[in-house]
Amino acid sequence: MTLVETTPDSVFEALADPTRRAILARLARGEATVMEIAAPFSLSQPAISQHLKVLEAARLIVRRVEGTKRPCRLNPDGLNSMEQWLDVLRRGLARNYERLDAVLAETKPTHRRRQGR
Amino acid sequence: MSRLTLKTQGDRFVIVTRRFAASPEAVYRAHIEPKLIQKWMLGPEGWSMPVCICEAKPGGKIRYEWAVPGRPGFYLTGEFVELEPYRRIVHVERMYLPDPTPDNRVETEFAPDGTGTLMTMRMTLPDEKTRDAMLATGMEHGMEAGYVRLEEMMPPAH
Repeated sequence: MTLVETTPDSVFEALADPTRRAILARLARGEATVMEIAAPFSLSQPAISQHLKVLEAARLIVRRVEGTKRPCRLNPDGLNSMEQWLDVLRRGLARNYERLDAVLAETKPTHRRRQGR
Repeated sequence: MSRLTLKTQGDRFVIVTRRFAASPEAVYRAHIEPKLIQKWMLGPEGWSMPVCICEAKPGGKIRYEWAVPGRPGFYLTGEFVELEPYRRIVHVERMYLPDPTPDNRVETEFAPDGTGTLMTMRMTLPDEKTRDAMLATGMEHGMEAGYVRLEEMMPPAH
């Protein structure tokens, strides 16, 4: 049985933000400059640049230098749709199970004495 | 948070483990008793589960409907395959996006772990087309559909 670890926390962190997910969706259509990426958002270019920095640090995107521009594209070695999907699932389950912890803490007194020590 | 692990097994399955500070009996019950399910299997903050049908017997029906004020809700249906009280649940489920996703077979095991429970859940990985559909919908609409609606449970990143 081979178990493959999912992605590191920096990736989950990067994907936690809806703007960054939208940027990734835009880049899935092809390379784009900061200005092109910023166009559909009501955010300043510095704000977008900050998001790009996070995505770059998580190795989700790569940038190249072209004159004064630094166009971005998806990192082909970065997160694939499988990993993104797993990330969404992981965080959804984590939140549900935190609620379940609370439910179990409430119901505990009505249950039988615990097994073991 | 580190209590949850999520790993892939080959390219067909996802294995989730989680420890709970309660007996296997209590954790098992929280997975099959509608009154308990409605307290935790809620999806995003602000959502509720007004309909929770959970007939905990082989062949028994599952139907969970989620709702939030002012927006369309969504639902999941399924059937139980096997139930071994306090130890194991096998069921099949599908979500409606609104088209049904391919059936997801889920096996959930509850094992004593010290004074608590180690839960291990094995579920089927959706195929690439289904995953992409879920993610594409999510990215365009703020992760609003199906599984991906769970996304909204996360606090906004700063």
